[in-house]
Amino acid sequence: MVIIGRGAEAILEMKDFKDLYFPSKDLKIEIVIKKRIKKGYRIKEIDLHLRRSRTILESRLMHEAKKYVRTPTLFEIDPDECYIVMEYIEGDRVKELLEKINSEKREKVCFKIGDMVGKLHKNGIIHGDLTTSNMIYKFNEIYLIDFGLGEFSRELEKQGVDMHLLKEALQSTHYKYFLEDFETVMEGYEYIVGNEKKKEILKRINEIEKRGRYVRRDSLYNKQ
Amino acid sequence: MISLGIESTAHTLGVGIVNEKEVLANESSVYSGKGIHPRKAADHHADVLKNVLDSALKKSNVSLEDLDMISFSQGPGIGPCLRIGATAARTLSLRLKIPIIGVNHCVSHIEIGKFATEAKDPVTLYVSGGNTQIIAYVAKRYRIFGETLDIGIGNMQDIFGRTLELKFPCGKEIDILVAHGKKYLHLPYTIKGMDFSFTGVLTEALKYIEKEKKEDIAFSLMETAFSTVVEASERALAHTGKKELLLTGGIAASPRLREMCEIMCDERENKFYVPPFDLCRDNGAMIAYHGLIEYKSGKRMKLEDTVVKQKWRTDEVEVTWLS
Repeated sequence: MVIIGRGAEAILEMKDFKDLYFPSKDLKIEIVIKKRIKKGYRIKEIDLHLRRSRTILESRLMHEAKKYVRTPTLFEIDPDECYIVMEYIEGDRVKELLEKINSEKREKVCFKIGDMVGKLHKNGIIHGDLTTSNMIYKFNEIYLIDFGLGEFSRELEKQGVDMHLLKEALQSTHYKYFLEDFETVMEGYEYIVGNEKKKEILKRINEIEKRGRYVRRDSLYNKQ
Repeated sequence: MISLGIESTAHTLGVGIVNEKEVLANESSVYSGKGIHPRKAADHHADVLKNVLDSALKKSNVSLEDLDMISFSQGPGIGPCLRIGATAARTLSLRLKIPIIGVNHCVSHIEIGKFATEAKDPVTLYVSGGNTQIIAYVAKRYRIFGETLDIGIGNMQDIFGRTLELKFPCGKEIDILVAHGKKYLHLPYTIKGMDFSFTGVLTEALKYIEKEKKEDIAFSLMETAFSTVVEASERALAHTGKKELLLTGGIAASPRLREMCEIMCDERENKFYVPPFDLCRDNGAMIAYHGLIEYKSGKRMKLEDTVVKQKWRTDEVEVTWLS
């Protein structure tokens, strides 16, 4: 058993598929167990409620999203112990990848990100935590992971917040090429949802930013 | 170098005097009403300014002639209040013929926090009446990784407290209620990535009034709100890879919030820092200190640059004093 990741709310352990399910078979599939760990800082009523409901919702979202974009395959969930067993995706995190590739490739990756978010939104899925840490690049495809804060919704507001989070993630983590990158993401998004919808989303992102405590003056939408 | 700082962004008029090594004086007077009435708060600041200034000078044993520079909070905050501090700073600067520096209030909170504790490069959880932000320094800027999408936690506390007819600012009395609460009442929990919002949980909490004990409502409300910001801080620590958390702002006075931050940091083996309360809440010393380090990094301001900025974002400040 190897711990491969320790996120803010869960521990990821890697195991061999055959060790967990079929000890007799000679299978070579690596799997990941995502276990939501107890947080000592919050009271047990809040803690258990959050861990349980997020485990169930995440599994449902991941399974549904698989119809439209790439996500790890699910093998098992346990809501009481708060864990999910899924396929291991071996690749580069987009967070690191974006910083080391040339502009041509970056454009492709950003377009692909927009395209994926477009497909999710078009089919009523909100990811809820669109940062580049939650995207894994493997063989020219991007896998989306960590649907723990997502939900099923077709509301423009929720889609706007989803996109606003992605924009913030790009701005804070990939600030060097933020404007170009976000523009490319929006092109990919437009490719799926159409120009009308893209304009609606940009307008809503702008509204959401205004609602925050202080307006960001360099927001892309203001410059257009 | 001796720097005098004037803070006047909201309900506090503060005057602080610092040098490079220590805080020499940190005096203040807090406006109290049913919330903050902008004009009345500004009137209060103008009325008490001379007394607060005098007592700061007296306490530090510094005369006006000893001062090497003046700094003031240029924003963000309430316009009329900001203008009182700015006017006083300009007057002092002109009369004493010493440089003037306007600083960003939110960044001052972080800088004095680093000065007062051993934190070097922390993720900052800044929780006050108007502001609730999670900030970290990345490439020449203090970048906001998470923030409230509607109101600050202090604002939420004050609205809740006002409904229960508690004295403004309500934090202290609410902390007492929270300590006596036992039963958790279910409330919505809103976190969107590293952003959060408090109006929904506030509305639901207000619906419990008169149906449940007020201690239990306050307990449930604050447990929920604090869990949200501590969870978002943990996400920011994981996302940025930083190893220190600095808690500051007026709500840093809450013993429960401190405890939660401490447990969270212990569990992930990160360090937790919180400055003494006088340097957490709005105060003049943080403005004086921040002005001093900006000045020493080469920053200069002309009088015409000292216009107040009510909506000045933390991430708009170009950080010249850090590598």
